[in-house]
Amino acid sequence: MKGKVKYMMLVISISFIVAGIYRGEVAEVLKKAINICLECIGIG
Amino acid sequence: MANSKRRIVQIASTILGNGYFEGFAKGTIYRGKLKSVCFPGLNCYSCPGAYTSCPIGSLQSVAAGLKHQISLYVIGFLMLIGTIGGRFVCGWLCPFGFFQELLYKIPSKKFRMPKFLNAFKYFFLAVFVLLLPALFTNEVGIGLPYFCKYICPAGTLEAGIPLTISNIALRGAIGILYYWKLILLGVTIILSILISRPFCRAVCPLGAIYSLFNPISFYKMNVDSKKCIKCDICNKNCPVDIKIYENANNPECVRCGKCVEKCPTKAIESGFNVNDRRMNNEKTFNNNCSVNNRN
Repeated sequence: MKGKVKYMMLVISISFIVAGIYRGEVAEVLKKAINICLECIGIG
Repeated sequence: MANSKRRIVQIASTILGNGYFEGFAKGTIYRGKLKSVCFPGLNCYSCPGAYTSCPIGSLQSVAAGLKHQISLYVIGFLMLIGTIGGRFVCGWLCPFGFFQELLYKIPSKKFRMPKFLNAFKYFFLAVFVLLLPALFTNEVGIGLPYFCKYICPAGTLEAGIPLTISNIALRGAIGILYYWKLILLGVTIILSILISRPFCRAVCPLGAIYSLFNPISFYKMNVDSKKCIKCDICNKNCPVDIKIYENANNPECVRCGKCVEKCPTKAIESGFNVNDRRMNNEKTFNNNCSVNNRN
């Protein structure tokens, strides 16, 4: 059973990544990451 | 041998993930397209050297956005890495895990972490990474990355300190929050000298996510119960204080392989095909038996 679960998880994870790309989340992640995150460094 | 190999991988991962040296010199960060890809370990995306994104920061930024979504892109990425290796990333690739390991090498009296603290990382994941950024928003409807802002010492170490050293404008904006995060980093450093990997075990939301995949991941640990003499040498050398012979794929295991190396009877093995190999051996054994019986 565990052998099947890992293959199912593999398919689900790849589906999630594709769905995320389709929803435009890559641009959202990039937008946040290319600007200095003031909260992360303790200033914002 | 396995441990020196792991050390080389940890150093390479830390340098490759943070190799934009220009950022350290100029007090800026890398702004290329590679930043849309997540780093598998905890590595702040505002580190001047970071080429990639922090998955925990990305998860919060999407949750805190106007739509308050759980990022399928980031969750899918974490599920993929978790399904392949479980907490392998924690033991081999995470720069902040590596930092804690180095601190633990400083000679001092060492302590064991109470086991109940292991559960706290799930609280940090649920509350600070997922709920607060989505629920507590400003008048425009945008939330904050609460874990990054109030908890994460990796951000202070990798981004806060180097940026405020080399960027005058940022240095001028230092306030109470910055000092709060410096105190948290100081506490983490002191605890890491006394206790093995305290942040990974009690706080890290990334470790909390990967830990869920340890029992089902492709990379596996396996203990041969016929060879194991329960001498506890594995437990004495384990950085996260687990008895691997009780549960070979314990959610806390960071797959560092120290137990594999130290086991006097070679009862522990790890890899991508340990279970399959065992099954094949059993099949071969059964086939041999049936052939012998026929003869």
